[in-house]
Amino acid sequence: MKIPYPVFLKRSQDAPKWMPFVTSVGAVLLAFIISGIVLAATGANPLKVYSYFFKASFGSWGAFSDVIVKATPLLLIGLGCSLAFKMRLWNIGAEGQFFVGAFLASAVVMVPLVNLETTPRWAIVSLMALLGMIGGSLYGFIPGFLKAKLNINEVIITLMLNYIAVLWNNYWIFGKWSEAGFQMTKTFPHSAWLPRLADYAKEIPAFSGMTAHAGILFGLIAAVIVYLIIYRSKWGYKITLIGDNPKAARYAGINIAANTILIFMVSGALAGLAGMTEVSGVVHRLQERISTSYGFSGVIVAWLAKLNPFAVILVSILFGALLVASREIQPSGISFLIQGITLFLIISSDVLLKYEIKWVRPAQETAQ
Amino acid sequence: MRAISPIKDELMTFTEEPNAIPAVEMRDITLRFPGVLANDHVNFTLYPGEIHALLGENGAGKSTLMNVLTGLYKPQSGEIRIHGKKVSFNSPRDAIANGIGMVHQHFMLVENQTVTENILIGLDTPHFALNLKKFDHEISDLADQFGIHIDPTAKIWQLSVGEQQRVEILKILYRGANILIMDEPTAVLAPQEADELIETLKGMAAQGKSIAFISHKLNEVKQVADKLTVLRRGRVTAERMDLENFTRESLASLMVGREVIFNLQKCEQTAGREVLRLEDVSAVNNKNLPALRNVDLALHEGEILGIAGVAGNGQSELVEVITGLRECTGNVWLEGKNIANKPPAFSISHGLAHIPEDRIGVGSAPNLSLTSNIIMKRYDQKPVSQKWQLDYVAADSLADGLKTEYDIQAPNVQTQARKLSGGNLQKLILARELSSAPRLVVAMQPTRGLDVGAIESVQQLLLNQRAQGCAILLVSEDLDELLSLSDRIAVMYEGHVVGTICSGDFDINQIGLMMTGTIPQDLKSPSSVEDSSGSNENSSISAPSSRFDEVLDHVKSFEESSSPSEEADQSVTPPEEPSEEDLPPSEILPEEDPELNLSEKERVLRKVLGEKYQQGDVE
Repeated sequence: MKIPYPVFLKRSQDAPKWMPFVTSVGAVLLAFIISGIVLAATGANPLKVYSYFFKASFGSWGAFSDVIVKATPLLLIGLGCSLAFKMRLWNIGAEGQFFVGAFLASAVVMVPLVNLETTPRWAIVSLMALLGMIGGSLYGFIPGFLKAKLNINEVIITLMLNYIAVLWNNYWIFGKWSEAGFQMTKTFPHSAWLPRLADYAKEIPAFSGMTAHAGILFGLIAAVIVYLIIYRSKWGYKITLIGDNPKAARYAGINIAANTILIFMVSGALAGLAGMTEVSGVVHRLQERISTSYGFSGVIVAWLAKLNPFAVILVSILFGALLVASREIQPSGISFLIQGITLFLIISSDVLLKYEIKWVRPAQETAQ
Repeated sequence: MRAISPIKDELMTFTEEPNAIPAVEMRDITLRFPGVLANDHVNFTLYPGEIHALLGENGAGKSTLMNVLTGLYKPQSGEIRIHGKKVSFNSPRDAIANGIGMVHQHFMLVENQTVTENILIGLDTPHFALNLKKFDHEISDLADQFGIHIDPTAKIWQLSVGEQQRVEILKILYRGANILIMDEPTAVLAPQEADELIETLKGMAAQGKSIAFISHKLNEVKQVADKLTVLRRGRVTAERMDLENFTRESLASLMVGREVIFNLQKCEQTAGREVLRLEDVSAVNNKNLPALRNVDLALHEGEILGIAGVAGNGQSELVEVITGLRECTGNVWLEGKNIANKPPAFSISHGLAHIPEDRIGVGSAPNLSLTSNIIMKRYDQKPVSQKWQLDYVAADSLADGLKTEYDIQAPNVQTQARKLSGGNLQKLILARELSSAPRLVVAMQPTRGLDVGAIESVQQLLLNQRAQGCAILLVSEDLDELLSLSDRIAVMYEGHVVGTICSGDFDINQIGLMMTGTIPQDLKSPSSVEDSSGSNENSSISAPSSRFDEVLDHVKSFEESSSPSEEADQSVTPPEEPSEEDLPPSEILPEEDPELNLSEKERVLRKVLGEKYQQGDVE
C-alpha cells in the first residue's frame, strides 16, 4: 500500500520567534475546542458553558479578585518550576514544598514562635513568609542533594516527597494542632493574616468583600526577580548553560552539583512561599485541603508560559480563572479536563518547534 | 531488472569493462536549496565491484548527492539510472528496494539489543514470533561471506565503535543492498579499525558490491578507492579519475581550489621554563579500570608536546586529569600550583585552555548563541561581568570581535552554535580558548573531522600560540599532524608513557612500534625506555637526543639474538595487540633488502599507523 503524500518530519533549524507563542495560544484554544466536544457529548451547549465560565471569572471585579486569589499560588509555583525547568531539573515536588512551606509558616502561630499579641502584624507576616520559604527550600534541598551527589532521578523523588509532605501536615492537623478534634488548626489571629483588599473597604468601599490578598504582590515581585535571574544575571547564564549542555558547563568550570541544589532550594522556596500565602492569606489556618493540586497545575503553567516569567503571570491568571469558574458549573472537573488537555497539547506541540512537517513533493526541498 | 545485478563469480571483471552497465549512473543532478546550489549538474557513475571515492570539503555537496541517491532529496533536474534502469525515488524506502543502502556517520542502533535484533528492526519478517537463533545463524553466515567479524548475540553497548559500524554495514547487506554508500566511515574509527574496515570494503567490492565512499581525507582515498570524483562547491572538479595520477597536493587543490600548504610556518625556538609537570599520575577510566599508570610528563613554554597512541590507551583520561575533569592520584603542577583533583574552574583561572575532543558534546552549548558560547569561561570577568549582572552588550561586542578575528562564518553572534559547520564550531572553541591568553593549551584531536582548509587554520593557530610562549599539549591520532607540529612526541600505550622523542629524531616507524608497546616490554634497557620528565626536564628542543639510536641498537641486537627468522618474531609484540601476527621485524633490520620487505612493511605500518602511513615515510 502506498501513501499518496508521504509525510515526514524534518529537523527545523530556525523556528520563527513567534512560534512558541502561537503554539501556546493554539494549545489553549484547541483544549477549549476539544473540551467543548466533550461538553456537547454530555448534552451541554459548550458556548453557553464557556460564556458562563467567562462571566464567572471575569464578569465582575469581585470575580476577578477571586481569580487573583487562585492565581497567586499558581504564579509563585509556576515561577519556581520555570527556574528549575530552565536547568532541565524536573521539579514535580512543588506540591510537597507548598505543604511544608505552609506548615512552617503556621508554626509561627501554632507554636507560637513570637508573641502574637504584641508583635506588629508586618513582622509576624514577614516571619511567616520567611519560614514558608525556608520550609520549601529545605524540602527542595532533599531531591537537589540526592540528584547532585548520587544522581538519583529527581522526578521520582519529588513525586514521592509530595505524599510525605501531605502526611506530615496531616499528622499535625489531626493530632497536635487539631482544633477540637477537627482536621484543622484553630483560625489564626488577625495579626497573622496577609492584608486583603477587603481590609481597606472602609477607605475604598469598592473593595468590600474582595479577598485578593498581598500574596499576589509577592508573586509579581518574584516574577521580576526570576526574570532578572534568568535573563540578566550571571547565575541565569550558568543555569541556561547547564540546562543546554551540562558537560559543557562542567568543562567551563561551573559547579553543577552546587547549582542543582541551589536551584531546587530556590524553586522550593517559591513553592513554600505559595503555601504561606494560602494559609496566611486565604484559609487563615492549616488544614487538609489547602491546595487544589496547585503544585501540579504550576508545572502546566510553567510549560504553557514557555518558562518566561512574565508569561507565567498571564497563564496563572488564566488557570486561576478556570479554577474559579469550575465552582460555577457541574461537574466541576471540567476545568481540570481543560488543564489536562492543555498540558497534553502543549507538550505535543513541541514537535512543531523542533521539526517542520513536510510532505514529499518534487522540487520543494529545503536546506537541512 | 534486479537480475542484472552482478553475481559473485563475475567479480572484478566488471571494473574496467567499458561495456558493463553501471550500477549507478547519475546525470546532471541539480539540487538547489534556498540560497545554495548544493549540486550543480553533477555526474556520478559507479560500476559493480568498484570502490568509488567521493572527495570534497565539508559542504561541497557530497552528502547531498548521496542523499539524492538514497531518496531523501529529490533533485530539480537530472536523472538516476540503477543498473541501467531509470528510477525516481520518492523516499528512502524506494532506494532500499533498489538495493541502495547508506551507512551514516552516526549509527542508529539500539544499545540494549543484540546485533541480530538490531539488524532485524524494521523488517517485515519475522512477523510475530522471533526465533533469534535462526537469525543469528543467518547473520553470522552473511558476515562470514564478507569477512566481517562480529558476534550476532553481542549487545550493542558491548561493541567498539568499529564493531558497531560493522553492524550498520550488515544491516544494509541483510536488506539486500548491492550499492553501499559509506558516509565518512573512518571519521569515527581508530587507525586500526579504519584499516580493517578498508579491508572489508575491498572484500565486498571483490564480491561485486559497488561502494561509494564519501571522504575528505586524502590519504585514505588513495588507499581505498579505485576511482575518484571530486566535488567543490556543488560542482564536479574531477570525474571518475584514476587515482595513480594524483599526488596528495593535487587532490587537495582540486578539493579546495587553491594550493594547500602542507608545511606550516613553524619557527625555530627553544623551550622556556616549565609550565606543566605530571608526577606519578594514575587514574581509572569510566569502567573503573586503570587507564593511566604512573605517568610522568613535563611541558615547557613555547613547546608543543604531542601525545601519540592508538585510541583508548589513556589519552582521553590524561587530558581529563589535567583539565580537572577526572580524579587521579599523583601530582599535576601547573605553573607551580598543584591542580590535581581541583575543580576545572581552578585550572581555568590559572591559565589552562582546553580544546576538547567532543566539540558538540563538551566544547559547546549547541542551542545557545555564539555569544553565550564565547563567554563560557569569562562570564565572571570584566567587562562581561557587572556585579551580579551579565553585560550582554559587552558580551556581544566581545563575541563580534572574536568572530572577525578568528573568521567564524556565521550570520551574526546570535546564531546558535549548532548551526555552525564543524570547522567554524572548532574556530569558535579556539577563539574562546586562545583569546584568554592561556599558559597551557590542552588540545585533543583539534582537527579531527575538519576539512583541509580548516585543518590548516587550526594548526596555524596552535603554532601561533607556541610562538607566543604558550605550552601546548597536543593529543592526536593523526601522526602527520603530530610530526609536523610537535617539538616532542610522547607515545602512550596502555596508560603508560612508553617514551618521548624530540623533534630531530622523529621517525614514524619508531613511533609506530612504540604505539604497540613493543619497546618497554621486550627491551630490558632502562635507559632507553625512561620516561619523559626525568630525563627531559632540562632538555631543550634543540638538543638532540641520542636515545633513539640506542633503542634502535637494542632492537637490532634483540632481534638478531632471539629470532633469526620472521616467524619467531611474532613474540615481539605483546599479545594484546590485535595485529600481532602481522608484525615482522623488517622495519628495524635495515640490512635486509628493502625491495623485498616493502610490501610487508607497508602492510604492517598501515596496520599500526592506519591511514597516516605513507610510502614516502619509510626511510
